Amino acid sequence: MELQAVLMAAGGGSRMMDLTYNTPKPLLPVGNRPLIWYPLNLLEKVGFEEVIVITTKEVQKALSTDQRLKTDVKMRLDVVCIQEEADMGTADALRHIQQKIKTDILVVSCDLITDVALHEVVDLFRAHSATLSMLMSKVHEFTETVPGQKGKKKAGEQRDFVGVDVTGKRLLFMANEADLDEGLVLRKSIMRKHPRMLIKTGLLDAHLYCLKRSVVDFLVHNKSVTSIRGELVPYLVRKQFSKTLNSQNATEDSERNQKQQDAHHNLELLSTSKDEALLQLARERSCWNDHRGDMSEAYHGGKLRCYVHIMEEGMCYRVNTLAAYIEANRVVPKLFEDPPIHPAAVVSERSLVGSDSIIGQLCHISDRTSIKRSNVGTSTIIKEKVKITNSIIMNGVTIEEGCNIQGSVICNNAVIGRGADIKYCLVGSGQRVEPEAERTNEVIVGSDQLMEI
Amino acid sequence: MADSVGRQVDSINHATEEDEKKQEIIRAKGEGKELTKEEKQRLRKEKKQHKKNKKDDRGPPEKEKEKASVPAPSKPATQSPAHKAPVPVNASASESPVAAEKPAKSKAELRADRRARQDSERASKPGKKEVGQQSTSSKPKATPSELQPVVKRLPEHVQVDDPAALKKLAKKLERQQVPLRSDYGYKVSLFSHLHQYSRKNPPTQQISIPVTAIHPSIVRLGLQYSQGIIAGSNARSVALLHAFKQVIQDYSTPPNEELSRDLVNKLSPYISFLSQCRPLSASMGNAIKYIKKEISNIPNQCKEEEAKRRLQECIDSYINEKIILASQAISKYAIEKISDGDVILVYGCSSLVNHILCEAFEKQRKFRVIVVDSRPRLEGREALRRLVKKGIRCTYVLISALSYILPEVSKVFLGAHALLANGYVMSRVGTSQIALVAKAYNVPVLVCCETYKFCERVQTDSFVSNELDDPDDLIVTRNGKTHLENWQTVKSLGLLNLVYDVTPPDFVDLVITDLGMIPCTSVPVVLRVKNVDQ
Repeated sequence: MELQAVLMAAGGGSRMMDLTYNTPKPLLPVGNRPLIWYPLNLLEKVGFEEVIVITTKEVQKALSTDQRLKTDVKMRLDVVCIQEEADMGTADALRHIQQKIKTDILVVSCDLITDVALHEVVDLFRAHSATLSMLMSKVHEFTETVPGQKGKKKAGEQRDFVGVDVTGKRLLFMANEADLDEGLVLRKSIMRKHPRMLIKTGLLDAHLYCLKRSVVDFLVHNKSVTSIRGELVPYLVRKQFSKTLNSQNATEDSERNQKQQDAHHNLELLSTSKDEALLQLARERSCWNDHRGDMSEAYHGGKLRCYVHIMEEGMCYRVNTLAAYIEANRVVPKLFEDPPIHPAAVVSERSLVGSDSIIGQLCHISDRTSIKRSNVGTSTIIKEKVKITNSIIMNGVTIEEGCNIQGSVICNNAVIGRGADIKYCLVGSGQRVEPEAERTNEVIVGSDQLMEI
Repeated sequence: MADSVGRQVDSINHATEEDEKKQEIIRAKGEGKELTKEEKQRLRKEKKQHKKNKKDDRGPPEKEKEKASVPAPSKPATQSPAHKAPVPVNASASESPVAAEKPAKSKAELRADRRARQDSERASKPGKKEVGQQSTSSKPKATPSELQPVVKRLPEHVQVDDPAALKKLAKKLERQQVPLRSDYGYKVSLFSHLHQYSRKNPPTQQISIPVTAIHPSIVRLGLQYSQGIIAGSNARSVALLHAFKQVIQDYSTPPNEELSRDLVNKLSPYISFLSQCRPLSASMGNAIKYIKKEISNIPNQCKEEEAKRRLQECIDSYINEKIILASQAISKYAIEKISDGDVILVYGCSSLVNHILCEAFEKQRKFRVIVVDSRPRLEGREALRRLVKKGIRCTYVLISALSYILPEVSKVFLGAHALLANGYVMSRVGTSQIALVAKAYNVPVLVCCETYKFCERVQTDSFVSNELDDPDDLIVTRNGKTHLENWQTVKSLGLLNLVYDVTPPDFVDLVITDLGMIPCTSVPVVLRVKNVDQ
């Protein structure tokens, strides 16, 4: 077997707590499908037959009971539960399943929605015998108004600085603005080897990584690494140009160096078969070099290589903020050939459902309702004379007569009272909006969800 | 006739005759296939007069042999090119319905026909053979039994404009679960019989990501071939053998199967996949032949672990003998030819020539090197880097400056991709240019080539069998402008990126091999000796 897929679905959705305090992030409906369905579909389309899913107990239950997931996903899901309280990072989770990992792995995050041709990422991994191969995409500006956001969107999260070489494939440098004190520091060794480097900001990390098996072994030995994206990836990118790796000094004085060397040796995992000599011979005889202008051989003789595939076109979203969630809901229904109105929904003839809306199953839509550019989840009851525009209605919601909902997100099992006028609001899970209420640009959540000051 | 007889008998007794009829139909279908092949052969015969009878001779007895060996799952690879592996049962479906009507022409008549022809030909065989031989350029072969005369069918990769051959290939690949790579872009008409692939459509597009049908190390190898990461005849062979070692390591014999037969069958789809990524080189072909022979020679009683270990050792010894030791032997001979004060011209990046020059430098010979390079590959830069890193004084020119620089040159060292049976040297495109101009300036041309690259093919021009590389490689951006960017929209424009060309033996003064220094025309002798050894 060549690659094993690992799906990380234990995240809490810390950046959209309003949506996720009741529903775990992997089960949030996007386009009337649970969020976890999208990466699973991506893996299935490419030909994976088995996926290791790391998640919480709640999601595991849903995976086995949810109709959509059971019927649509034909792969075998090997679900590993971890305690939510344990607060495990992604690297901790990999350490946890170390026994199951027998080959190189493809780590995917549960909030990734993309139509990338996965073979582009994996081909880089295969052809160059890379230690790490990841996917990034150009960030699309979000155009929809986000409920509950007062004023203009601030500069947003901290930027990521990504340095690639001339070909645009080799990853030379990666740092987050938060880690940099005053300026961007580039090591001379990198500049000497790759004098032309393109530094890009405005790239979205898709959290899709191909990792060599030796990296998992390295994680087992180095328990201090908790997060793949936050610690492991920058470490690997830095270590490409580390001196100790390239020149294998046998004797070191201090113990610290010795320990470091052990770690490095684990990381290199020279395939300790005698066949390494053959590969070396083939590379020597080959007249190919990945760079030119200096006297070094291909890859500068380095054994650790990191590659990135940057998607120029196509769709790539990470649903980890409210804005992304809304954007994804907008874009995703266009992808799939599902009928916009589920056959099991009951839609009255005198209602007006726009062509860019989707209605889930077991819905009940009464007369003289108008639904435009909206996603309506399953088991929702919408009474008469309701006007819904540009909104996302999740499952089990009840909307009484005469409501006007615009640009809002209504979470599971909420109840909107009669005649309410809701604009650009987020109604939390299970909340009730009283009749004749007029809310604009608010986040309506229960008092127990409010932060303690 | 036979059919009508069958039917008459049928009217008397139904039960037993039905089986017979079925058998007849099966036989007739087989005959039908033979018949259409026969028809094709007759057409060919009309074109090539003197070979007509030979083919007929060999055709029927060989087809009988083929049919007999159909039940056996594998064939020993004694018949040359591996392309001739097709199982007759698998001939295209379109042929059989057409053929089913033909058998009425009666197989008894056919057989009698053939027998008469065979007898007459056997009588006049020795005479015909000599005539045939003298018409070819090489020395007459001493005994026909040493070189098996085989029916050479055209390999698939030079029949791209023949829809029947393409269909056959598609069927074969489908059966082996190997994706078919489609051709790209407009092909210059002279070369429309060759494949032209694009690097933007890798062969891995259509296979599932955790590959099941093909071993992962073979997929990796194919990718490295198609992207040019492993390039150069020796590198490709070594990488291929390395991948085969991995395959053998991970192989486990299924129950009720013999390792010697099953492993060979397992290797066939891998080889198809690799040739879809990039056409196989002559050295790779020889290596594959060697491996297949070794596998089939494994005795049945041998235990799996022991067999695997033996095969790994065989591969190691093959690489050691034919590549590593051979290059050492060749350097030893070549260094004798390098004298102090020499100006040596090399072309492109040949691993063997670079090795020779580095060794000569270590042995304190004083010489300088002129590296000639050509677009689009610009491999000379890599050769230049290696030589300069060693400390050798080098000059770098493009091939357009060849006649300017040649008066300074005292010797030309060329590498080869393959040496053909008629003494022609197949090498990177541009080599024949260099040899031609060197001849005009009376500069000696020495070709360095290991014996495992000797090939039984015969070719006198570069058109018949070649490789077309990605045409987009010719597109270059200068001063921010890319003129050829939309070459596909211009209907009358074709981009041609040839990879190989053949140099006639008159331009080559010496071939340095691990067997010694031989003239170009002695290549068939070496081949004959090799065959006798095996």
